Amino acid sequence: MKTLFDKVWDSHVVRKIEGGPDVFFIDRHFIHEVTSPVAFLGLKNRGNSVLYPQRTFATADHNTPTLNQHLPVGDPLSANQLKALQENTAEWNIVHWGLGHRKNGIVHVVGPENGITLPGATIVCGDSHTSTHGAFGAIAFGIGTSEVEMVLSTQCIMQPKPKKMRISVNGTLGFGVTPKDVALFIIAKLTTSGATGHFVEYAGDVFKDMSMEGRMTVCNMSIEMGARGGMVAPDEKTFEYIKGREYTPKGAEWDKAMEYWNTLKTDDGAEFDKEFSFDAAEIEPMVTYGTNPGMGVGITKNIPSASDIQASEVTFKKSLDYMGFTEGEPMMGKKVDYVFLGSCTNARIEDFRAFASVIKGRKKADGLTVWLVPGSHVVEEKIKEEGILDMLTEAGFSLREPGCSACLAMNDDKIPAGKLAVSTSNRNFEGRQGPGARTILASPLVAAATAVTGKVTDPRELLKPELV
Amino acid sequence: MAYDKFNILNSTAVPLPIENVDTDQIIPARFLKATERKGFGDNLFRDWRYHSDGAPKENFVLNNPIYGGKILVGGKNFGSGSSREHAAWAVYDYGFRCVISSFFADIFRNNCLNIGVLPVQVSADFLDKIFKALETDPKTEFEVNLPEQTVTILSTGEQESFDINSYKKSNMMNGYDDIDYLVAMKKEIEEFAAKRPF
Repeated sequence: MKTLFDKVWDSHVVRKIEGGPDVFFIDRHFIHEVTSPVAFLGLKNRGNSVLYPQRTFATADHNTPTLNQHLPVGDPLSANQLKALQENTAEWNIVHWGLGHRKNGIVHVVGPENGITLPGATIVCGDSHTSTHGAFGAIAFGIGTSEVEMVLSTQCIMQPKPKKMRISVNGTLGFGVTPKDVALFIIAKLTTSGATGHFVEYAGDVFKDMSMEGRMTVCNMSIEMGARGGMVAPDEKTFEYIKGREYTPKGAEWDKAMEYWNTLKTDDGAEFDKEFSFDAAEIEPMVTYGTNPGMGVGITKNIPSASDIQASEVTFKKSLDYMGFTEGEPMMGKKVDYVFLGSCTNARIEDFRAFASVIKGRKKADGLTVWLVPGSHVVEEKIKEEGILDMLTEAGFSLREPGCSACLAMNDDKIPAGKLAVSTSNRNFEGRQGPGARTILASPLVAAATAVTGKVTDPRELLKPELV
Repeated sequence: MAYDKFNILNSTAVPLPIENVDTDQIIPARFLKATERKGFGDNLFRDWRYHSDGAPKENFVLNNPIYGGKILVGGKNFGSGSSREHAAWAVYDYGFRCVISSFFADIFRNNCLNIGVLPVQVSADFLDKIFKALETDPKTEFEVNLPEQTVTILSTGEQESFDINSYKKSNMMNGYDDIDYLVAMKKEIEEFAAKRPF
């Protein structure tokens, strides 16, 4: 009896080392401009070659501007990294979707979009949010640059097999509660280190009912509770999503793959090292109040007191201090300066649809800066096709070009020091969105409600009249 | 070939008793723009270490001349967040060869092991003893003994063992890395790859 994770992991072990890690084969490798240049340099210095260029895919995203992408990149250091990616991929015959390419976008958005992400595959990238791809029943996780070099030169990495955890959420999510809230809720329960050393399988009604995009959001955030990655067993929804995409197997190969994919589920009675189970009814729209993703509460709740939480008091108080918040005060109604809809967590078409559902017929709040950054050009095209762009424009918003943007602020999209942002991204660490920036993590619905009121707002209040 | 061999390290240490120190603090994203692995030590803990005008923050431990050494002692869940190996490079480049904590984030631990920084995980109690020893005397010396897998507070003799995978231990002691190992098994990898369905 095996878990889904066991099945995929065990089938990729090339060699087991006694008392050591497994030599683990990688099917798909994503690279981007920030964590790959030193890896290519290392490869060259050692006199190695790229073993399987066809298994590696490159896109530019972390550094890229979100305005005027047709112009040369202004920051010379960013431009230099983009050039290095261009040259390295050309030298080694690696597919590269650079700036301006119609398939360009955030690595974890373009992978699934193009059918590179497949069930039962092993996927790595020099980026911790590689866990996103677990939504398809793949084992996907972030690696360091030494490992990027390892995969380029040998298509393998050396890893001890992580432990297994299952998180079940059963029942039905409440009105206005999104996959992002599910993720933030779980992390708040488990803390930012609660799943360290483990690979998580998400199970239960909530994930069965969830769209592929929602599953990607949840798996994306797995790293924020310390997990190596998260995965959801592939089902009809998964197969329907990937069918016909550019890199998906076709014809007889598809049929053969389907035979295998249908075996990818946890056997009854298979054991996990840890199990958690939650009731969907407990979850409400979530917001974070501190400086790690585990510091989150339901939007109607107050910030907890130091005595109520597990972290050390010093760390907790340092966190609140940074945010300019105090113990016990409500989150709702806090005046916000910036709203960011974007990142590999929430920059897919579903997220823009959700945002639009709230702002429709309303206006952007005065004095607020709102950055709406699609995850890829494909998402951008859909936003235009579906009339969402018109809705945004009418409400006073504008759309930027795709990239990681203010999620990690490696480009010009930085929240100024001391300003408060509601962000759909994945991290609220000190300075994450720019030196001194203060970040509240939330869903696209909360971001939209905030974008029209200028303060932290429960989207259910705005959506209700239309529902009744 | 990749890094210095690690056997026994005797050194003073720098205490950073904060939980959940994430890699964005160890090295902020805006300093990840190099295409070569050098100079990262200057930006280690950049925003905790310097004001925005570049003046050092006097109350940050790296700016306190009382503390120094090749060992960094951090709070629980050290190195969480981003997978950036630059964080480990910055730690190494600054001059640390060992990080001690009661709990490490997975990717950071891997990155350290891959570049020659030894992550030593001790119990919460022992970590507390280390912090107390440093509070009492900033010049306290420690011995990190990789062959014996022990860490000792030399002033008191208090000692604790730590775990390390035997393969990684031998790599660290010999200065080898995984790439050397994997390249040597290329034929086996190619045979395996030929059987993969996609």
